[in-house]
Amino acid sequence: MIEVFFQYDFLRYSLFTGVLIGILAPLTGVFIVVRRLSLLADALSHITLTGIAFSLLLGRYINFFAVLNPVYMGMIFAATGSLLIERLRHTYRFYRELAIPIILSSGIGIGVVFISLADGFTTDLFSYLFGSIAAISSTDFTVVLVLTTVVVAIFGLFYKELFFLSFDEEQAVISGIPRRSLHFLFILITAVVIGISMQIVGILLVSALMTLPVAAAMRLAASFKQMFFYSVVIGEVSVLAGIFAAFHLDVAPGGMIVVVNVLILLIVLAATSEKILNRKGG
Amino acid sequence: MKNSAAPYVLEVKNVSFSYGKQMVLEDINMQVREGSFLGLVGPNGSGKSTFMKLLLGLLKADKGNIELFGSPVQSFRDWSRIGFVSQKANSFNSGFPATVFEVVAMGLYGKIGLFRFLKKEHKKKIKEAIAQVGMEQYMHKNIGRLSGGQQQRVFIARALVSEPELLILDEPTVGVDADSVRNFYDMLKELNDKKNITLILVTHDIGAMSEYVTDVACLNKCLHFHGDKNDFEVNREEMMTAMYGHKVNVIEHNHSHDHHDHSHDHDDLDGVRS
Ligand SMILES: Nc1ncnc2c1ncn2[C@@H]1O[C@H](COP(=O)(O)OP(=O)(O)OP(=O)(O)O)[C@@H](O)[C@H]1O
Ligand SMILES: [Mg+2]
Repeated sequence: MIEVFFQYDFLRYSLFTGVLIGILAPLTGVFIVVRRLSLLADALSHITLTGIAFSLLLGRYINFFAVLNPVYMGMIFAATGSLLIERLRHTYRFYRELAIPIILSSGIGIGVVFISLADGFTTDLFSYLFGSIAAISSTDFTVVLVLTTVVVAIFGLFYKELFFLSFDEEQAVISGIPRRSLHFLFILITAVVIGISMQIVGILLVSALMTLPVAAAMRLAASFKQMFFYSVVIGEVSVLAGIFAAFHLDVAPGGMIVVVNVLILLIVLAATSEKILNRKGG
Repeated sequence: MKNSAAPYVLEVKNVSFSYGKQMVLEDINMQVREGSFLGLVGPNGSGKSTFMKLLLGLLKADKGNIELFGSPVQSFRDWSRIGFVSQKANSFNSGFPATVFEVVAMGLYGKIGLFRFLKKEHKKKIKEAIAQVGMEQYMHKNIGRLSGGQQQRVFIARALVSEPELLILDEPTVGVDADSVRNFYDMLKELNDKKNITLILVTHDIGAMSEYVTDVACLNKCLHFHGDKNDFEVNREEMMTAMYGHKVNVIEHNHSHDHHDHSHDHDDLDGVRS
């Protein structure tokens, strides 16, 4: 069952990439969730789609873009979008969440226009939306590996600052932690992680892989460190189970990964809800 | 004469601040010497928290200067010398999965600096700070599962862990039970006496305050009084009526503690009376 993944290069690279995003997405997700930015992930993933559509459209006219993985253009769009969101969050200081729907709908709107202009990549589109296990080349994998290393290193280096900022922004600023630059760095990372992860999970489901494992981990963890541990374990299990199931059942991996994730979440909720009932009763 | 020759930890000169058109602080002048314990009182909305935010550089004064340890607040970088417990300390997201240890550790992050990690000696300090507020047995408990008063103690430990020279507390005892409040004030007094930590305490608890502090400041947009505690006691009735607009009943606490030597020089009593 597993051997087949090592017979074909593309499957092997998809599997490896899956292992990496099983770490990356939940890791980023922990900070996204505790900073209440879950919707940001959604907005950025939709802009990634705009970038992908743009790259595919360019590919029809310019050879370079025809061979380039459109995900890179997606990442550039997501990174730009994250900057725009920050600007808008500042403009609408008292209605910060407005920034998200503005960017999200512009992203989809422009994306749909690009898609219509470049009509004829509907099968591709399906795999961008819901994920695919056939999309990863060895070059792509190398890029993913390098980016993963960089992102994990950054999280390691700035762990304490990001933790403090998430817990209590005012106090963090008071003790001299550079909020702006770190926040900026963090949303850039989010854009990159979304770009990487959507190749397997798909654009519509990438935010699920960032939030569902964390939602389950939150019920189990006593400390912030434990939250990372549980999130990554749950993320990894769902990605791997999802990829195998997707291959053998021939369904989109994004769908399977999310289904596994939801199952884990339900089990965790069922297992931990008992505690609450007991407490109420006693 | 403990304080009279001590250097200024804080100097505020002609500071005014408004939120939009609403003037909240008007022409504030104040000096706080190292080792003093200043109680800051004033009715709700009198600008106390705003003033603290100006001191911490979270807000910028429209007019005037603020100096911390001799350098202007705009260019002050040594924030680990200052500890702060916010009035809304326990309004953090209570579902946040962090332990008491992890929360208190945050107090050291600014001091440790970027690209460095918690070492053994830091962990020791964290445990000591937790013990200082009597929360040892909750060290690895989730902060969200503690009572409001216990959470407040944890935040106080977080402010203490970096061994600040100036500790600013904005109504730190909200939600803390009466016994713990007394313990807490005793603890502050001890920090002030033994470690010579300068304290600024914002409170509505005038009775308790006047028992523990060395200096008093009354704020209501303007600084109505700033000076030695004993001078305040003399004018208390008048001050309180002026500030609160009615006579304030003060429940006297037992004066069982020894007090500081209050013989300040008069030139550091920059009292602005109105
Ligand atoms: N962020 C803000 N934007 C606009 N106005 C504000 C803001 N914060 C406070 N104010 C106003 O400034 C005034 C002073 O508020 P501040 O919080 O400093 O009072 P305070 O003395 O700390 O009161 P309390 O005893 O209730 O804590 C109030 O009138 C308040 O309405
Ligand atoms: Mg206040």
